[in-house]
Amino acid sequence: MTSAARDFESSQDINIEKKMDSSRILDVGFVRLTLVLSIFAGILLILVILQTTEAALPAIQQFGLEFLVTSRWNPVENIFGVLPQIYGTLMTSLVALVFAVPLGIGTAIFLTEDFAPKWITVPIGFAIELIVAIPSVVLGLWGIFVLIPAVRPIFRAINESMKWFPLFGGPAPRGPSLLIVSLVLSIMICPIIASITRSTFESLPRNLRDGALALGATRWETILTVMIPAGLSGIVSSIMLAMGRALGETMVAAMISGNANRINISLMQPGSTITGLIASQFGEAGRLQVSALMYAGVVLMILTLVVNVLAEIVIRRFQNLEQ
Amino acid sequence: MSDSARFIGEEEKIDISSIAPIRNYSSRFLTFLSILCVVVLLASLSWVLWDVAKEGVNKLNWYNLTQIRYPAPGLEDGGFGHAIVGSLMVLSTAAVISFPFGILAAVYLSEFGRGTRLAYLVKFSCNVLTGVPAILCGLFAYAVVVRGSGFSAFSGGIATGVLMLPIVIRSTEEALLLVSPDMRLASVGLGSTRFQTTMRIVLPTAAPAIVTGLIVALARAAGEAAPLLFTSFNNNFWSTDLFGPVATLPVMTYFFAIIPFRPQQQLAWAGALVLLAMVLVASTISRFVVHKTKK
Repeated sequence: MTSAARDFESSQDINIEKKMDSSRILDVGFVRLTLVLSIFAGILLILVILQTTEAALPAIQQFGLEFLVTSRWNPVENIFGVLPQIYGTLMTSLVALVFAVPLGIGTAIFLTEDFAPKWITVPIGFAIELIVAIPSVVLGLWGIFVLIPAVRPIFRAINESMKWFPLFGGPAPRGPSLLIVSLVLSIMICPIIASITRSTFESLPRNLRDGALALGATRWETILTVMIPAGLSGIVSSIMLAMGRALGETMVAAMISGNANRINISLMQPGSTITGLIASQFGEAGRLQVSALMYAGVVLMILTLVVNVLAEIVIRRFQNLEQ
Repeated sequence: MSDSARFIGEEEKIDISSIAPIRNYSSRFLTFLSILCVVVLLASLSWVLWDVAKEGVNKLNWYNLTQIRYPAPGLEDGGFGHAIVGSLMVLSTAAVISFPFGILAAVYLSEFGRGTRLAYLVKFSCNVLTGVPAILCGLFAYAVVVRGSGFSAFSGGIATGVLMLPIVIRSTEEALLLVSPDMRLASVGLGSTRFQTTMRIVLPTAAPAIVTGLIVALARAAGEAAPLLFTSFNNNFWSTDLFGPVATLPVMTYFFAIIPFRPQQQLAWAGALVLLAMVLVASTISRFVVHKTKK
C-alpha cells in the first residue's frame, strides 16, 4: 500500500466517524428531547394541582375544612363557604346522569345491535358525536333564551302538583334553576356515555352474542343478560367520565343556574355550582376572595380527580382483561 | 317412552304459547325505547342547531364581523371584529405552545417509549388531565401568569395550551399508531437513525391524521370560555397587544348573553353561530380524513 492510499483511507474513516458522530448526537439528542417533553407532559397535571393549591393556601389556612360546610359567601365580611355550591355541583351532575345514562345506553344499543342498516346508524353516530363538539357557551346561551322559556310552564305544573316533594318544592319556578342546568348537562354528557358504551359493545367477542342467540335468547334477552353484564366495566367507566365532565362544566352552570349563594334543596329554584361561583365572582374579587375561589377550585379538582382516576383504572383493568 | 316424549312435547307447546307473546311484546317495547333515545338526542341536537342558526344569521354580516362594539350598551350598532382578533391571538399562542410540545411528547410515547412504565404513567396522567375541568386550566394560568403580570392574551394562550396539550398528545399518538411498523423497519433496515426514521418516514406518513387532530383540538379549544374568563378577560376595544387583555369570541358571547340589551344579545347569537360553525366544520373534515386514512 502506498502512503497516499493509506492517507486516503484514513481520511475516509475519519469522515465517516465524524458523520456518524454528528448524526448519532442528533439522534440521541432527539430521543432525549422527546423523553423530556413527555415527562413534562406527565408532570403537568401535578403542576396544575400544586399551583392551584399554592394560590389557595391563604384561604385554606384561614378557613380550613369549615369552608366545606359553611353556607355563607360574604366578600364584605370575608366569610366564605361553599356548601351550597358543593350541593349544587353534586346534585346537577347526579340528576344529569339520571337522564343521560338510560339515554346514552339506549342510543349505544341502537347503534351497535343491528336494529338499522349501516347507512342509517353511521350518520346518526356522527351526529351524536357532534353534540360533544358544541361549545358550552353556545348551549348556555340556548338555555337562557330558548330552553328556560320552553320548560317554564312544565316546571310550574310539576311544582304545583308535587309541592310536597322537597326536590320540586318552593315558590313557582321563574327561570334559572339547578334542574335546567341538569337538563343541558345531560344533553352534553349523553354522547360520552353513548360512544364509550358503543365501543365497549363492539369490542366484546362476537361469540358471546352468537352463543346467547343460539341458545334461543331473543335479541333483547341477549342484550340484557349477556352484553350489558359483559360490558359493565366499560359502561361504568363511561358514566364516571361523563360525571367528571358534568362536575366541571362551567359556562352552562354560570349562565343558567341562577348563581344563588344559598342552599335550595329544591331543584326548581336557583342554585349555584362551584364552577359557576368561580366564573361569576372571579372578575371583581379581592385578594382573600380570589384565594377562596382557588380553594373552591381545589375542591372541584379533588372531586373530578377522584372520578376520573377511578374511571381510568376501571378502563385499564377492562383492557387488561381483554388481552 | 312414547308417553314421556308426548309429555315433553306438550310442555314445550304450552311454554311457547304462553311466553312467546310476552317475549315478543317486551322485545318490541324495548326496541321502541331504544329508538326513542336516539330520537330524543337527535331532536335536541337539531333544536340547538336550528335556534343558533335562526337567531345568529340575523346579525351575521361583514359589518359585524369587522367592527367593534364601540357604542354604549343598548345602541343598535357594533360588531365583534375585536373578539375575532383576540381569539386568533389566544389560539395562536396556545398552538405555538402545545403543538410542537404535544407532537414530540407523542413521538416518545409511540416511537421510543412504547410499552415502558414511563409511557404508561405519562399516558395515565394525560388522560386524567383531559378530564380536569377547563376552568381549572384557567385558575392554573391565573396563578402562574396573571398574578405576576395581569390579564393578558398571553396568559389566555397558556390556559388554552394546557387544555389542548393532552388532546394533542392523544390524537397524535393515535395517528402515529396508524403508521405500519413495516415502514419503520424498512427505514431502519436501510440504515436510518431513529431521528431520520421519525422525521422522514413516520411523521410525514401520519401527517394528514396529525393535522386533523390538531385542527379538531384547536376548534374545540376555540369554543372554551371557562379558561379565558380570568386570563385574557375581556376588552371592548381593538387590541393587538399580546400582553394586555383582549376580547375573545366565547367570552364575548358569555358577557353579551347575560346582559339585558337586545342588540348585544343578538351579537351573542351571531358569535355563537361563528363558534358553532367553526367546530362543526372541523369535526366534519376530521371525520372524512380519518375515514380515508383508516381505509
